[in-house]
Order: sequence, then C-alpha cells, then structure tokens
Amino acid sequence: MSDALLTEAAPESSAQALLLDVRNIAKHFGPVIALSGVSLTVARGEVLCLLGDNGAGKSTLIKTLSGCHRPSSGEFYVDGKPVAFASPRAALDAGIATVYQDLAMIPLMSITRNFFMGREPVRGFGPLKWIDFNHAHTVTREEMRKIGIDIRDPHQAVGTLSGGERQCVAIARAVYFGAKVLILDEPTSALGVAQTSMVLKYINLVRAKGLGVIFITHNVRHAYAVGDRFTVLNRGKTLGTYTKSDITMDELQNLMAGGKELQTLSAELGGTV
Amino acid sequence: MAMPTADPALGQIRDTETRAATAALHDERLRRVSLLARLMRRPELGAVAGLVLVTVFFLLTANPAMFTLAGVMTVLSPAAQLGILAIAAALLMIGGEFDLSIGSMIAFAGLVFGALIVVGDMPLLAAIVATFVFAGLMGALNGQIVIRTRLPSFIVTLAFLFILRGLSLVGLKWATGGSTQLRGIGDRAGEGFIREIFSGQALEALFAWLARADLIAKFANGTPTVTGVPVSILWFLAMAAVATYVLLRTRFGNWIFAAGGDANAARNSGVPVSLVKTLLFVLTACAATLVAILTVLDAGSTDARRGFQKEFEAIIAAVIGGCLLTGGYGSAIGAFFGAIIFGMVSIGLTYTTFDSDWFQVFLGGMLLLAVLFNNYIRRKATGER
Repeated sequence: MSDALLTEAAPESSAQALLLDVRNIAKHFGPVIALSGVSLTVARGEVLCLLGDNGAGKSTLIKTLSGCHRPSSGEFYVDGKPVAFASPRAALDAGIATVYQDLAMIPLMSITRNFFMGREPVRGFGPLKWIDFNHAHTVTREEMRKIGIDIRDPHQAVGTLSGGERQCVAIARAVYFGAKVLILDEPTSALGVAQTSMVLKYINLVRAKGLGVIFITHNVRHAYAVGDRFTVLNRGKTLGTYTKSDITMDELQNLMAGGKELQTLSAELGGTV
Repeated sequence: MAMPTADPALGQIRDTETRAATAALHDERLRRVSLLARLMRRPELGAVAGLVLVTVFFLLTANPAMFTLAGVMTVLSPAAQLGILAIAAALLMIGGEFDLSIGSMIAFAGLVFGALIVVGDMPLLAAIVATFVFAGLMGALNGQIVIRTRLPSFIVTLAFLFILRGLSLVGLKWATGGSTQLRGIGDRAGEGFIREIFSGQALEALFAWLARADLIAKFANGTPTVTGVPVSILWFLAMAAVATYVLLRTRFGNWIFAAGGDANAARNSGVPVSLVKTLLFVLTACAATLVAILTVLDAGSTDARRGFQKEFEAIIAAVIGGCLLTGGYGSAIGAFFGAIIFGMVSIGLTYTTFDSDWFQVFLGGMLLLAVLFNNYIRRKATGER
C-alpha cells in the first residue's frame, strides 16, 4: 500500500476533484475471471451510468466497490487516497453507500427503524443505552418530507410504501448519513413509469447536492435521462466511457448489447428493439 | 428525453400524496383508523386476546379456587419455567433462527451442574458460573455452525437435540455409576444467598405482612396460605421486562429485527448479523441452563428426561405470542403471555370437570389459531401484497 502511495503521488494531486477513482480493477473467483480490468472515475456532482447486459460483471463490480469483495488486483482510490475495504461497513465509513435494488429495506420494520438501521442514535451510558426514538422519528419525518414523501406515521412498516418510495427512502438514508458516493444498483428496474420518474428526479436532486452517483442499469433510457457520463461494461471489461455529448442513446444501446447482433435483430423485427 | 414526459406524472403523485396528507390532518375518522391500525400492528395483540379468552373460559368453567392467590401461583409456576425459555426462543425466532436443542440443553446443563457439585465437589456459585459458561459455549457452537454452513438452524439444532439428550444419558450413567438419575445435589449445594436466588421462594416477609394486614388469605394460625413467590416467577418477570426493553428500545433490539427480517439488507446496512445471531443462540442455551439450575435445585436431583419436549412448548408459546416462523417479527411480551396461556391451560383443566388430557388438543388448536391470526394481522398491518 505504501508503495502505491509513493508511485501514485502525482496523479493523486490531479485527481483532487475525483471522489472515486478505480483503475484496472480485476476480480477472480478461483478460475473464473469476473472482472478483468475495469476503470472508472466519479467526480463530485456527477452521475456516472454503468451499463452492461446480464453477466457483464456489474454485480461483481458493485460488490467490489462497496466492500463485499476484495479486488484481486488493481488500484482503488477514494478522495485520492488508496483504499482496501475489509467489509461493507468500512466502505460505508469511507462515504461509499450502496443502495441495492431489493435488499435495501426490511418490509416488516418501521420506516424509522429502517432509516436508522445499523446507525441507531443512542442516549444514556454503558449497557443502559437506549435508542433516541424522538430524535429518530423527527429526522425520518423531516428527511422524508424533503424528498416529497409525506409519511403520516414513522411507525408504519416499510412494506406499506410503494417500490419507488422505498428506493427513495434508501437513497435518503444514504445521503443523510453522509455518503459521498452513492452506488445505485438498478434502482428503477422493478418500477413503473411514475415510480421511475420519482426515483430519477431524486437522483437529479442528489447530484445537485454535490454527491457522486454511480447509477447501474440496463435501461439506456433511464441512464440517458440523468447520466453525465456512461461507462459500458462487457465481459468483465470496460468498453469505454462517453460523455453525454459524445454519444446518442441508440449508439449507447448498440454498444451495450454488443453492437451487431442487436442491429441485425432489430432489422429483423422491423426496428422495434 | 424521458424526464420531461414523465414529469407531469410525478407532479400528479405529489398532488395525490399532499391531498392524502391533508386529509389525514383534517379528517378525524382517518385518524381513528390509523389508531386501530397501530393497535393491530402490535405483534402481541393475539396473545393478549388469547389470554382474555382463556381467562374467561376458566372463569366460567373452573373451580373458583383457581383464581385465588394460591391458584394463581400454581398456574404461574409452570408458566414461569416455560416462559424463561419462550422469551429466549422468541428473541431467537425474531432474529430468524430456531433452537430445537433447548429441551435437551436443560437435561445436559442439569447434568453438568449436578456433576460439578456432586462429583466435582465445587461450591455452588462456581458451579453455576461454570455451567453458564459451558452452556454459552454450546450456544455459540450452535450459532457458528448455522452461520458458517448456512444450513437451516432447524436441522443443525435438531441434531443437537439428539446429541445433547444422548450425552445427558451417557454422562448421567458415568457420573452415577449406571443410574439415569443424579441425586444429592440439593444436600451438597449448601445454603446461603446464592441458593436463595435460584431456589425456593422470595418476598416471604411481604407475604407475612400482607397476611397480618388481612390482605391475603391465611390459615387459622396466622401463616399465609401462600408464603412467598417462587423465585422462578421473579426470574420470568425480570426476563420479560429486560427482553422487552432490549428488543424495543435498544440498538441490539433493532439489530435482532433486522437480522431476522432480511439478513442481507441488515449486513449491507452495517448490522453485525453473525454476532447478533450467535449471541441469541447463546441466550437460548443460557435460558435453558437457568431453567435447569432452578428446577434441579428445587428437586435436589436431575435426570435424563428433564426438559423433554420443552423446545416445542417454547416455540409454541413464542408463536402464540406473535412471532412469525420466518423471523423479523414478534415480541418478547407476547411470548410472556403465550407462556401464561400455556400454564393456565395445562393447570387450569385440573380445576374443571374436563379430562385434563384435553390439554394437548387445546394446545394444538391454540397454535393453529395463533398462526392464522398472526398471518392475517401481518398482511393487514404491513400492507403486504
């Protein structure tokens, strides 16, 4: 690690604005190469869309970034400092929060309990510490109001919220607890149109706050709606990173699906794909 | 491109939501429904309703002696022993796991405790501490096997149900030279403060005073018909209070709900799920040990059948108390009431003209009702689709 610090001294200063900088990261599971050299960067106030079809390595990449897996090789900087996360908790503490598609919330628990899960505010001392529910309820209600969800009762179970609201609660939680980089794993893939726009609008809001967002999706439409830059992943590698002005939605779609096959299929189906 | 077209839809959602919120503020009928929903959301509601039902049933059918102070103590004694187990089992179930080895653990802890005193000639306090430490280690072993292998705890602890029961038999024969009963523990344990915490009755002075003041029933010579509260009942009450506080008001309690609700989501949020589950297995093993020490000291001996089928009774009490078999939902105070229902029915039938063998039928019926009720309530309360 100290070697890496010395040799990387120069890029470190140039990478000041970069919240997250991943270079040539690889992950092997025994003989299986899940990631073979992925590079990406996220700056403040930027939405980076990570696109890729099934099996492209999106999940492995997210799990590596969020501390679930340790990379087999490659460099990983947060705020210019090299990091090696031992657990999801370590990533969280470094400001990288991941919101998983369906694993973010526990439906049977109340909104407040979910919001503060793992980071409950406590009062008292020694073994007699108790959760400060007054504070927790007030914060939850307040944070929900900020994103336009008016909850009548913070005791109400998360299961009573809609899918879009649940995603928004999960994102609000990450923002409230000081995330610098937000990794959103397919937050819109299970949602309807109205619910999706609710989430996309909120992503926009988070970007305006100066957070970096990594938005994982296989829906080019959703990506193009909020993304500043697009990194396309295929077979464990980055195919390239494009800014919005460099690429059209169709080009992005073709790139993601591996180009030719989809064009051929699209022609066969009368241009509907 | 997708954004502008979708915007009006979002505006509409906001509108509906704002209207709903305003309605909630102004329409007091809506509030009343929400209060009812809040009540319905309490997992122990079913157990309280069940307790009322059972009490009414026995008020109508049983000999009035059941509801005297002496009768209540008779009902509460078995309820307390079961309740200590049921509360621990409930916490573990909320944490998403089962422990079927509780009953065998009682026999095994009883053997360890008895052997340390009779064979090892240990002082009482040292034997109690050693037995708890040993049980804690067994619980941790159970938990670690479940966590590391990711096998269902049902199977892992079922294995320990038999292993521990078998070891108790083998160990008893070793300790006694061939018998399955180890005697003389009561005599060797000695008297003193430690003994009084774990056996006999407490609050005798209070009951004597109450009798003098003519507040409770007494015999002709002035001694009260009930001379004190069995210590197991005090342990039971204390455990219900502490468990409820921990579950509802502390971080650890929130982690129990989270670990049982969705272990992955909990881990992703930074909850130490493995630690929580391991500690809960330690808790059930220690609860079994507490019951073992209480009953062994009272009886003065231990045998291989001690705690037989208690694991099922504990789980039944926990389920009657509102615990879901799938974890993440339930209550300690519910298990408390569940255990009292259990005690009431098992003892209460002897106060009626019914054959007391109806007990198991009654029990199965209660369990079935409780499960149906819990399921219904959960769907209603959480809006599960």
